[in-house]
Amino acid sequence: MSATTTPVPRTASAPGSGGRVGGSRAALYRYGVGTLAVVASVVVFVVPFAFILLTAAMDATQASEFSFAWPRNFQLWENVVEVVQTRDYILVIAFINSVVLTLVSVTALVVLGSMVAFVLQRRVTRWTGAINFLVLSGLIMPPAIVPTIWVLQRFGLFATMPGLILVEIAFGLSFSILLFRAFISTIPRELDEAAVLDGAGPLRLFFRVVLPLLRPVMVTVVLVQSVAVFNDFQNPLYFLPGDAGATVQLTLFNFQSQNLSSYNLLFTDILLITIPMLLLFLFFNRQIVAGLTSGAVKG
Amino acid sequence: MKLSTRSPRWLALAAVLVVGPVAGCSAGSLGSSEEESGGGTTITWLTGVDETAQATAEAIVAAFEDANPDITVKLDGKPAGGEGDNLVKTRLQTGTMPDVFDYNSGSLFQQIAPANNLAPLDDSVVGAVDDTFFPQVSVDSTVYGVPYGTAFGGGVMYNKKVFDQLGLTVPTTWAEFMSNSEVIKAAGIAPVIQTYQDTWTSQLFVLGDFHNVAAVQPTWAEDYTANQAEYATDPVAMAGFQHLQDVHDAGYENADYASTKLEDGMRQLAAGTGAMYPMLSANITTLQSVAPEAVADIGFFALPGDDAASNGLTAWFPNAVYIAKTTEGEALEASKKLLAFIASPEGCEAFGSASDPTGPYLVEGCELPADVPPVTKDVQTYFDEDKQSPALEFLSPVKGPNLEQITVEIGSGIRSAADGAALYDEDVEKQAQQLGLEGW
Amino acid sequence: MSTTLRQASPTATSRPARGRPRTRRSPYPGWFYLPAAVVYGVLFLVPTLASFYFALTRWTIFTSEFIGLGNFVQFFQEPALTKGFVNTFVYAALTSGAKVVLGLALGMLLTSQIMGRGYLRAVIFFPVLVSTVGVGITFRVLMNPTKGAINAALGVVGIDGPGWLVDPSIALLSVAAVDIWKGVGLATLIYMAGIVSIPKEYYEAARVDGAGSWTLFRNLILPLSWPATSTVVTLSLIGGLRSFDLIWSMTRGGPGFTSDVIASVIYKQYQAGFYGLSTAGNVILFIAVTAIVLPLTRFLARKEVEL
Repeated sequence: MSATTTPVPRTASAPGSGGRVGGSRAALYRYGVGTLAVVASVVVFVVPFAFILLTAAMDATQASEFSFAWPRNFQLWENVVEVVQTRDYILVIAFINSVVLTLVSVTALVVLGSMVAFVLQRRVTRWTGAINFLVLSGLIMPPAIVPTIWVLQRFGLFATMPGLILVEIAFGLSFSILLFRAFISTIPRELDEAAVLDGAGPLRLFFRVVLPLLRPVMVTVVLVQSVAVFNDFQNPLYFLPGDAGATVQLTLFNFQSQNLSSYNLLFTDILLITIPMLLLFLFFNRQIVAGLTSGAVKG
Repeated sequence: MKLSTRSPRWLALAAVLVVGPVAGCSAGSLGSSEEESGGGTTITWLTGVDETAQATAEAIVAAFEDANPDITVKLDGKPAGGEGDNLVKTRLQTGTMPDVFDYNSGSLFQQIAPANNLAPLDDSVVGAVDDTFFPQVSVDSTVYGVPYGTAFGGGVMYNKKVFDQLGLTVPTTWAEFMSNSEVIKAAGIAPVIQTYQDTWTSQLFVLGDFHNVAAVQPTWAEDYTANQAEYATDPVAMAGFQHLQDVHDAGYENADYASTKLEDGMRQLAAGTGAMYPMLSANITTLQSVAPEAVADIGFFALPGDDAASNGLTAWFPNAVYIAKTTEGEALEASKKLLAFIASPEGCEAFGSASDPTGPYLVEGCELPADVPPVTKDVQTYFDEDKQSPALEFLSPVKGPNLEQITVEIGSGIRSAADGAALYDEDVEKQAQQLGLEGW
Repeated sequence: MSTTLRQASPTATSRPARGRPRTRRSPYPGWFYLPAAVVYGVLFLVPTLASFYFALTRWTIFTSEFIGLGNFVQFFQEPALTKGFVNTFVYAALTSGAKVVLGLALGMLLTSQIMGRGYLRAVIFFPVLVSTVGVGITFRVLMNPTKGAINAALGVVGIDGPGWLVDPSIALLSVAAVDIWKGVGLATLIYMAGIVSIPKEYYEAARVDGAGSWTLFRNLILPLSWPATSTVVTLSLIGGLRSFDLIWSMTRGGPGFTSDVIASVIYKQYQAGFYGLSTAGNVILFIAVTAIVLPLTRFLARKEVEL
């Protein structure tokens, strides 16, 4: 153990009474702070969401008034139907494309990103600084669209789904590597050594020993990258042009123009494309909770 | 130590990586409701993805396919605004543009390297197009596009009821404009509506004034392109900037000018809480959507200069439809037929059925229907009386990117007109150099 | 025994296996880099390097004319540049600082035993999921000085709310507030992951020692969730320095130029078709951000605690 500021575990010499969860002080904390937090959250987070919901339920004329009011004609369902039917059900195609894109690229990002982060953190060579810089540059430098198209065309991957998947992987690697690398340092090397002694090769060491311990950060990466890929509009617009390759964010453009924007349909679309991500988050929310209660098993 | 089983994960991963691309390939076929006509040609038309653009294009395509049963036209969508422009340039550059697309005419047309990227058109396609339109879609004497839509004007939309109530007439000089505004303000109505949450609307005072500049100095556009004329040192040209400042300084703007959007401005105009709204006549569509009951009450007049005799409209040419150079063979023939259709009276009719005309058509034989809004009728009058000339962007490729921000500053009182004009002159230098113009 | 694998072992793989059945190869093989390196190199590094070339040209996307450092000179002559740089730094500092502090506080709150934390987690993370267009329009409406809900609520308490997005002096700050609103959920999520990664034994041991909440926080949670902190600081700082989407959709850099940041200056040049100039701007922004972030990451890495 090299941490100097962590208190060294030792047998209790006196029963600790401060800070233990239980008793009236804890109950006050649980419910009092909880209620306060819920109220604050309603004001800060739920109110804007309410605006989106209300506007999505308005008719076009009222939506362009931009007022926070109850819809004169409550037509949420009609708006949803209209949005889904726009341009020959392009929203359905967009959903399918976005789901496929997100699923494949996020899986690859988790696997590839963690592999790189693992070796990067564990094995420090003279190249480590350069690699760190390259990873960082991926976060800082925006992608160069036209040269990337040229590269894709060279490989015959332009305007194809696999090409777009590879592009999303390339642009998302930096974030994944950064996050994984930061958390791999919390896994003690003794585990590696023990596994190697047991005869584990690098693949088994990584996938069976290390990766399971990275559950919380894996969940985080999956969640964040899914959101990023699902909500991306620039890459699909340029690298998979055409209606067959539409993704969900691009459908928002269906309702915006210089002369006329259908704000009610726009917000309905925003709601519709936010819901899958919200469901994903709620699902993974449980994973985080599971991580909290079972605790990371170390040493 | 708990070890979770790994093999299902590998299996799942492999499955996804195989299924993914396959599913991606087949998803595209879900939405196509058109069937391939046996033996016919199919071409693709890239147009705006927003509702208005799609509805208009669909109307034209429906009429065209009726007249040409062996050709099918599919529509592809691009985002409105700047993102769509970038997409057009990118697709042209990478050789991935669909057969047909619509885009701006004038200086923006010149920027997409037409000679390299577009297919030239002959008389059979453009025969019916008005001569005045050709310079906007040609390089030397080769024509590349046909007009899509109607011409429109940049001037002032005004509430006729308010004018009638206050006994005002349409101003033909700036002095009249200002005195009218004084009367309107005294009546408790905002004389001039400004909507700076949509920054582009702030440019109208400057851009819509060009007819008055050209009336006094006919060669101004050429001089400007050659860096022989500039706004800051030329009081006639700077008048547009100055007018904007004068309107702000006199307090003639609506109180919430900084936080209103286009739609809010239209509503104020329709309700009569604002009397005049410097605007493009093409935005009658916004009015029709926001306040359809007030369309009959709104008229249009050109921005006045100093001289009533030379008062006239600054006109914008419509966008044009082009054919990509990569289109060949049967697709090229079919595309030419489509363009010829658009530039014909039948095409105008189809256009007018989906999208209200906002000015005159530039195709011979296309007449405006009788039930167009008063705004359109007023614009047409200027064309009929030949009291119009093109906006600067159609006579000179020089236009800086920051004009709308500068005009917002002037209209908000943050910057003076003189400073703003000088700043804009600096701004256009970049554009001129980018285009490789001589003299800059 | 515990030190053999910890050292940098570049020599381990170069030593040929001679009668040593174990540890003949490092368990951290170089080929783990390979698939990622191929994809990243071909689809990101190569195009980026190509674009560096275009930064030295006048690029209309159709033709390019080599002009050396002309674009860079022109970029630095941009009138709104100083204001843009100042705005960028202020914006980045504000948003990343707030996200770090609030994220940690919320992370701690939401991993404790308070009531309703499941709902709170969902609600705090929700803004991260909503598209920027939607957030931009929503807050433009809420922040409307005369009709907006925020000023209406303040009016009830008797406060005259300012023009959040139309007053030149506070427009940028208002956008920063919305940025924090939108991004704090992500910071919280990362912090939660970090806090959850701390083994339970440490908590128990510390409590057995009689550590109070503050000591627990300062000596246990803060250092051991350092990976989370360093990630949040790095990501939010880079994001803040490069931020564009929200500013553009809320104010377009306005009113006038007062809330312009470097990224929006670059975007305007891109929109106007000055592709070479905007690429040069991106290079400059890249250098500026790297100059700030790289030393920071080194500093943060040094304070990392290894178990």
